[in-house]
Amino acid sequence: MRGLLNRIFLVDLFQGLWVTFRNQHPKYIYTEQYPAERPKVAERYRGAPRLNINPDNGETLCISCNLCALACPEALIVVTSERNEATKRKDLTTFTYDTSRCMFCGLCEDACPVDALELTQDFEMATYTREGQIWDRQMLEEGPKPTQYKC
Amino acid sequence: MPDSTFLDSTELVLNMGPQHPSTHGVLRIILKLDGEKVLGTECIIGYLHRGVEKIGENRTYAQFNPYVDRMDYVAAISNGLGYCLAVEKLLNVEAPPRAQCIRVILTELNRIASHLLWLGTHALDIGAITPVFYCLREREEALKIFEKYCGARLTTHAFRIGGLLYETYDGFEQEIRDFCAMFVPKVDEYEELLTNNRIWIGRLKDVGILSADECKEYGVTGPVLRAAGVKWDLRKAQPYSGYEKYDFEIPIRQNGDTYDRYIVRMEEMRQSVRIMQQAVEAIPEGPIMGKVGKVIKPPVGEAYVSIEAPKGELGYYVVSDGSTQPYRLRVRPPSFVNLQALDRMIRGGLVADVVAVVGTLDIVLGEIDR
Repeated sequence: MRGLLNRIFLVDLFQGLWVTFRNQHPKYIYTEQYPAERPKVAERYRGAPRLNINPDNGETLCISCNLCALACPEALIVVTSERNEATKRKDLTTFTYDTSRCMFCGLCEDACPVDALELTQDFEMATYTREGQIWDRQMLEEGPKPTQYKC
Repeated sequence: MPDSTFLDSTELVLNMGPQHPSTHGVLRIILKLDGEKVLGTECIIGYLHRGVEKIGENRTYAQFNPYVDRMDYVAAISNGLGYCLAVEKLLNVEAPPRAQCIRVILTELNRIASHLLWLGTHALDIGAITPVFYCLREREEALKIFEKYCGARLTTHAFRIGGLLYETYDGFEQEIRDFCAMFVPKVDEYEELLTNNRIWIGRLKDVGILSADECKEYGVTGPVLRAAGVKWDLRKAQPYSGYEKYDFEIPIRQNGDTYDRYIVRMEEMRQSVRIMQQAVEAIPEGPIMGKVGKVIKPPVGEAYVSIEAPKGELGYYVVSDGSTQPYRLRVRPPSFVNLQALDRMIRGGLVADVVAVVGTLDIVLGEIDR
């Protein structure tokens, strides 16, 4: 009898509708108005790569040890260096990082012994060309410069 | 496939997929129809084949770790756990207790996230649009915890061979506690929307029945097996990563139809919350990384480790020839094995039930094709 009444008065459907009604409150809005409202990415976020420079003298921190290139599963990092006869050390000449093949696993930054290579919180890396996805040393040091939209 | 019921009737061969949204990826099903009735099916897979097992033979053990996340991408952490455990078994090391505890928390959180995506899309396939918004809203909270912990939301690469790389962030325990407290009422809310709903019951009850014996014949595992009344859960049957310390139940149901599989998964989410609540109160202090060298070079041998992934038994079989790269790496994905039962489940059913049955199997094509 109770089941029949429940069927006639659509109790199960109204029960569900009551849930949707409760969730109408504006505090349950989760949509981010993306270009105007910037998302807050986590501190450990693995995004665009960056090659850190020493803030005091602008020289690169990279010691051209090639460990990142060896750690990379996709072998997308190419490091070249030349031997400096004065200091008996290797000087970095070029550093290319192919972001089109990168899967942001973070193995390169784990491998880096001097914290020169780092995956940053920048996540807007779109370009108009495929060549633009291959980042050179200058691009890696400066980081991407996405257009900021304001409303 | 059997012939149609009437001699003069024409059979219709219908292609479903690979672009059909409710095949959850790129599954193609060739349906042989007699009117609305399904006479037989044939699954065509391989549209997402990337050769992950072959890639594994050409990468070092540590380098292959991010690739396993890309198989079952909605439960990447479970995949990472399975692979790390397999290589750890090969190396004969064990992760420290603290690492094991954090692994359990994150894996259970991932189970909830995976089940939430399943519930949302399954309900969407059936025709209920509302649950997907609520499910993704709560899943977002879980993904935020992953992002804060390891820096990525889906393809997490959270675990390393031998333990963990990342220490927990400040407020990790509190966020897990908040999530658990927030989440239990939300499951009740989904149940309120669906469990008693007459359309939901009408679409799911007695659809795609798979009995316990058939499940065992096909090798089906996970919630599909448990909905048929078999109490089999690898977390209890062969505990790994310290699961024997936690008190939880294995939800089972008897009928083995689509509705029962829904109930089992809902109950599993509650049990996952229970495990997380126990684990978060008992995170031991100590190191998070075991004694593993910088270059991982396991001795000659082979190891098979299977874990209870959200979709079923996920196994990793690794053969080592003593070098830094695996000689052979084989994955036993739960979705691939569960998909075999699809034909048995929908033969004789209606064409509208195909969508319900594909949804209830909770397949991920990235894992099937690998």
